[in-house]
Amino acid sequence: MAEFLQYLVTGVTIGSIYALAALGFAIVYNASHVINFAQGEFIMIGGMATATLTAAGVPLPLAILAGIAGAMLVGVLIAKFAVERARNASVVTLIIITIGASIFLRGLAEVVWGKEFHRLDSFSGNAPLMLGGAVVTTQSLWVLGVTAALILATGLFFNRTMAGKAMLATSHNRLAAQLVGVNVRHVVLAAFALSAALGAMGGAVVAPITYSYTEMGIMLGLKGFAAAALGGLGNGVGAVAGGLIVGIAESLSAGYISSAYKDAVAFVIIVAVLVFMPGGLFGRAGTERV
Amino acid sequence: MFRKRLLCAVMTASAVALGAMSALAQSGQPIKIGSILSVTGPASFLGEPEKKVLELYVDRINKAGGVAGRPIQLTVYDDGGAADKAASFTKRLLESDGVDAILGGTTTAATMAAVPLVERAGVPFISLAGAVVITEPVKTWVFKTPHTDRMAVEKVYGDMKKRGFTRVALLSEDSGFGKSGRDQALTVAKLVGMTVVADETYGAKDADVSAQVTKIRGAEGVQAVLVSGLGQGPAMVTRDYRKLGVSAPLYHLHGVASKEFIRLAGDAAEGVRLPAAGLVVAAQLPDSDPQKKVATEFTKTYEEAFKSEVSTFAGHAYDALMIYTDAVKRAGGTDKAKVRDAIEQTKGYVGTGGVVNMSATDHMGLGLDAFHMVEVKKGDWALVK
Amino acid sequence: MTHRLLGLGLLAVVLALLPLGLPNNFYLDMAILAGLNAIVCVGLNLLVGFAGQVSLGHAGFFGIGAYATAVLVSTHKWPALLALAAGALLSAVIAFAVARPILRLKGHYLAMATLGIGIIISIVLRTETRITGGPDGMIVDPLNVFGFEVYGERVWYWVVAGLLLVTVWLALNLIDSPVGRALRALHGSEVAAETLGVDTARFKAMVFVLSAVFASVAGSLFAHYAGLITPAKADFLKSVELVTMVVFGGMASTFGAVVGAAILTVLPQLLTVFQDYQHMMLGLILMLTMVFMPKGLLPTLAGLVQARTSLGGRR
Repeated sequence: MAEFLQYLVTGVTIGSIYALAALGFAIVYNASHVINFAQGEFIMIGGMATATLTAAGVPLPLAILAGIAGAMLVGVLIAKFAVERARNASVVTLIIITIGASIFLRGLAEVVWGKEFHRLDSFSGNAPLMLGGAVVTTQSLWVLGVTAALILATGLFFNRTMAGKAMLATSHNRLAAQLVGVNVRHVVLAAFALSAALGAMGGAVVAPITYSYTEMGIMLGLKGFAAAALGGLGNGVGAVAGGLIVGIAESLSAGYISSAYKDAVAFVIIVAVLVFMPGGLFGRAGTERV
Repeated sequence: MFRKRLLCAVMTASAVALGAMSALAQSGQPIKIGSILSVTGPASFLGEPEKKVLELYVDRINKAGGVAGRPIQLTVYDDGGAADKAASFTKRLLESDGVDAILGGTTTAATMAAVPLVERAGVPFISLAGAVVITEPVKTWVFKTPHTDRMAVEKVYGDMKKRGFTRVALLSEDSGFGKSGRDQALTVAKLVGMTVVADETYGAKDADVSAQVTKIRGAEGVQAVLVSGLGQGPAMVTRDYRKLGVSAPLYHLHGVASKEFIRLAGDAAEGVRLPAAGLVVAAQLPDSDPQKKVATEFTKTYEEAFKSEVSTFAGHAYDALMIYTDAVKRAGGTDKAKVRDAIEQTKGYVGTGGVVNMSATDHMGLGLDAFHMVEVKKGDWALVK
Repeated sequence: MTHRLLGLGLLAVVLALLPLGLPNNFYLDMAILAGLNAIVCVGLNLLVGFAGQVSLGHAGFFGIGAYATAVLVSTHKWPALLALAAGALLSAVIAFAVARPILRLKGHYLAMATLGIGIIISIVLRTETRITGGPDGMIVDPLNVFGFEVYGERVWYWVVAGLLLVTVWLALNLIDSPVGRALRALHGSEVAAETLGVDTARFKAMVFVLSAVFASVAGSLFAHYAGLITPAKADFLKSVELVTMVVFGGMASTFGAVVGAAILTVLPQLLTVFQDYQHMMLGLILMLTMVFMPKGLLPTLAGLVQARTSLGGRR
């Protein structure tokens, strides 16, 4: 039982990061119908900036904010100079543009921060808590708390604010939104900025658990994509649920089946689900425009 | 028929090429040394200092007039810790850069990927990697400078037994070094009467090993844990190990003997024990130790040049360069076969790893006496007495 | 028809003359690797360019071919050609089994599913250490065909060049066949093709299997040639590299796929001169090419030339 609890704690913690990444995928997808393969790099930027800035003596909150700001700037630049310009290109061309962006960002990070691993201390001490025989680190609590707060804030933004409603409207019907006066181009930029902020914040809180290095975003991003597809592309609640499902399944199978196959779990789940439910768990199967 | 003709053609071509090269080589041309190192990737804290040391000492040698009047031209490629890249860069060094020798292979995997190529090409190759498979069985052109993982395991088990532990849990990395270390740990355990009670693995690029550590925590009667890995991986293991509150003493192999390991693992590294060459504890060695002088001098040069602390890996690269240049001097040139013979005859070279005495049956030439158990205390290495 | 033969002839001439311009074996080595990638890309282009189906998992099939050869030849001492055929068969069976359910998916879901399958294959190859040697891979015996050992860059170059010509010829014939026309209809609109009585699902599955087989054969040859195979050759980044080659050179253009493979195989080697900046450069080049030439290099250039000549003709 203690073991099961331990696996569950680990799973929920890492699942939270997947959820944040998946939410980022969903927001960008809604606004522009682009899958942004550079989403993982936002996580990397957040983690690297926070780790290196605090090491240089910058207070933690300031370092996190700087990381978020940097990621948002990068996100807006990608949206403005790459995605917007290639609006009418095919799905696969857009995929390659965002992959090009992610290769570029990793290369940039290597130049700016170097290729070595960076350590970031836990936000509030190393003394762990015990929960029914399982060890819960304070950093896990930070991850959970921050994720919950961000998801809540994102939900409020989309349902309660004018800007959020305009973004939602655009995802439902781009033309109609345009007709009622929504600036669709700004919506795409805002979506990239928002998803970058979510990713970077996730990167900052997870950095004390995983270390920060230039390649940290690759797997986190891909699993975030899997989680987003699992929940149904463009479905925010589904994305969060998908992230937690992937995280927990991964941790449990690492414990009970095989730790070596841990990374395959997310993809086995998503392939299996897509075979039987082509629109993900919570999505509707799309109809193709003729 | 076809095959014969082909072989013939290949042989004539290489003979012509070889002849041309050696003719060029003898006339004051630079000595071309190639190197494949893991400057990035999971083994970067091994490869990075290795690269810096090679560049520093090649520069110093050239400023001092070169080797027998010939300057050294160094070409370093970064394999990023990937064996396939190491193989293709080796090809590039051999075919395009036409090097006289190759130093490196930071990791066991990179080394073993390069071995078939250098053996076929007939170029002296001095590896900086740890596993015993590199030099056992002996390969004609392949040498190495660090102690083997087998020696490291013997040293660790010796220390465990001294502290009264006989039940050990293994946690090994899926890298070449990690796997080889695990094999040695299992084999040597039988010989010295240790019992392996748990045998888990982790991936070099994993971000989290708490599942494996949880299993070890639950295993029956674990008295000590041995981690077989190199570079960043073991630092992560160390942190998850402390995080989950496992109390059994933690041991590593010599693939982490760098301050970078302590920096990455932080407080979690306290109390970790591992075998390492005397270099990292040079100041604590008794004056009678033959290594003391070399190790102290090297440490001083390194720390002045780079403003960072020396690691054993930097020393492996230094030793390889010294052994090669010394062999070139004795062979009177860079003729590959002669230099190979000269390397094999290296005797009494006092390096950062110990006193090297090579032979036709031993292409490493180190004894156990230069290998010390060290413990991390207050963020620094302390010699275990 | 003549157009097709012209292209093939031109490719043959280029391949025949290329070795004369290459100073040493290192460049020949790059040409061989480019050729092997081109074989995969020509197949992949049938799927991505003509059938309009994304695959982010084709390196998985390359890996299956490579490891089938590595394990069967080096460990079990099978004849090389038999092992190559076994790998191709295994790839075909896997591709066939997953094709129907997966190719029903649209756009990004298809990308996700193929990506997932590719990653699963590469993780299996990485994890089954006892059979595959794990992350550090395994050493592979040289290619031996009926007692002749294919060894050395010169010989390999001609083997790969010959095979590339055959692959391109096959692809061109397929594109021009009734099946090919159905394929092109598919890329335009699947629903429209179906109303015309084309069994799109069958064709998509067929092309998927065929492209998997091409990838597998190239993988087998690569394993023999390189002498070392690691799971990195089957992973996500390799899959992305392959698709990028196809799109970079020009989607729906067989010769575009060959050009794309050649450029993107050589480019990273050339970029090593930028040292620390090489990854930035690679990413930037990919982005800029795709943003400014979304149809890819060859079709865009061909379009430019055509516009120039028709303009000149009018004048």
